[in-house]
Amino acid sequence: MASDSYADWSSQDAVVCRGVGKTWAEGTARAHEALRGIDLDVAPGEFVVLLGPSGCGKSTLLYLIAGLERQTSGRIWAFRDPVEGPSPDRSLIFQETSLFPWLTVWQNVSFGLSIKGAPEAERRAVAREALARVGLSEAMDKRPDELSGGMRQRVAVARALAMRPKVLLMDEPFAALDVQTRAKMQDFLLDVWRDSGASVLFVTHHIDEAVALADRVVIFTARPGRIKSIIPVTLPRPRDPFAPESEALRRLLTEELRSEVDRAFAEQEALAAG
Amino acid sequence: MRSTMASMAALPRPATLLASLGLSPGLRRSLARFGWAALSVGLFAGIWELLWAIGWADPKLLPPPHIFLGNIPDQARYFNTATRWQIGVNPADGPSPYEAVAMTIGATGLRVMVGLLIAATLSIAIGVLIRYFGLFEKLVLPTITLLSPVSPIAWLPVAIFIFGIGNAPAIFMVVIALFFHMVLSTISQIDNVSRAFINVARTMGASKRQIYARVIVPAILPQLLIVLRLNLFGAWMVVLVAESTGVGFGLGQVIMMARNTFNPSLVFFTIALIGLLGFLSDWLLRLVQKRVLYWVPETAGVLRGL
Repeated sequence: MASDSYADWSSQDAVVCRGVGKTWAEGTARAHEALRGIDLDVAPGEFVVLLGPSGCGKSTLLYLIAGLERQTSGRIWAFRDPVEGPSPDRSLIFQETSLFPWLTVWQNVSFGLSIKGAPEAERRAVAREALARVGLSEAMDKRPDELSGGMRQRVAVARALAMRPKVLLMDEPFAALDVQTRAKMQDFLLDVWRDSGASVLFVTHHIDEAVALADRVVIFTARPGRIKSIIPVTLPRPRDPFAPESEALRRLLTEELRSEVDRAFAEQEALAAG
Repeated sequence: MRSTMASMAALPRPATLLASLGLSPGLRRSLARFGWAALSVGLFAGIWELLWAIGWADPKLLPPPHIFLGNIPDQARYFNTATRWQIGVNPADGPSPYEAVAMTIGATGLRVMVGLLIAATLSIAIGVLIRYFGLFEKLVLPTITLLSPVSPIAWLPVAIFIFGIGNAPAIFMVVIALFFHMVLSTISQIDNVSRAFINVARTMGASKRQIYARVIVPAILPQLLIVLRLNLFGAWMVVLVAESTGVGFGLGQVIMMARNTFNPSLVFFTIALIGLLGFLSDWLLRLVQKRVLYWVPETAGVLRGL
């Protein structure tokens, strides 16, 4: 196996992927390849946006890095350690709201600590601090269904931050929000990211989101997902979405994506027809 | 907006009357609901009375409400089934008719509630264990699936073989009537727990035991309580069947005796009583549901605006 040559990997990078591939339902008639040959390094504190057409396997990569699923080929390391399962160091924030409705906001935020058996005083203190960082101190004792969609996602971010993760994995976290809320959430996320010093891997299919957030944009091909190109973004922050540089980047990303979206489209239509 | 206006306009006059009395909206709503319930029952009874008045309903076979509810003390004395059959006991020595009714209702109601509690606890526990331990599932699930379509009636002789007579066989019948499909329902609820919930717990380092205890069980409780409420009426039906043979007293015994002595008035009186009890216990369970499952939004009114 080729991947064995990486067994003694010693990079200090937050995430290192080498030759990572994933085939769902391998060995059955329904088998389909979601990812192939992914090589990706994410530096500590870096903000990387994974951009690609829907269903290209970028979310799958996130799940593999989180350790929630096992890759079928290749290796993944996080800070030198091979990824073999989920870890509080790598927090995943999901697209749909995943707050537990039977817990209050602060209990949700400190859920990870309660798993470890931390005393209530400590859990409250950590929850209070994490909620303050997302600007929701007053929501401590509320229940999730009393919050708006944007507030709920901020609580989800606070819950991830409470674990003091070194890597934040975000799977289209703002997809369900309206455009104005999303723009606010992006600013807020950048603040949180700067304060926490964590690396962020952010999956989206919105080009605007990539332009607003990324240090580097990783563009995926349609199924099976491979890395088509990696585009470094050097625009200073805070970014003006209407600046000519932003416009040029948007155009570049659109060009890069177009052929992949066309291919994904054709494939889906062929699937529907067949 | 327009639909709310329309439904406001459709509200009965008593509600507007109550509004003008300055009652709180909550009280007004429950009073209005009670009014509608009374109207609904009254309509049913009214048609029955009408059929009697024009001579279509024979009062000896289908006595209308004013007959079978007209003389409650007369009906109540039949409820003393416990001492009736005891040799050497003068029927007049037993409890008074109203005490007998209360005892009968209490006995039957207790059997339903105890059976329901045992069935719920047992089936949730078994359902969770089935999904938790693969070996347990392989050993137990096929048998449960096989037995679940068996009618509770078929279990009646078994209940008597095992438990003889008394409370035990009646409770056993309630448990057996609910147990199998509540286990299957528990399993399907577990399978439907959002993957995101489980993945959140996993990324935070929760063990399998913790995921079950802190995520899966609270996530399935709301649906299970609804299943329990739906099965409550089933429990009321089964307990009567069980009581009609296996026990000394209870509403089932009263119905059985009414049948044997050809007393339609008593049959309908008991039916009315059972209906009322079933309704009350459903309401009680709904209160419990609201208290225990405080996080579940009330959705009953969603379709009403259509």
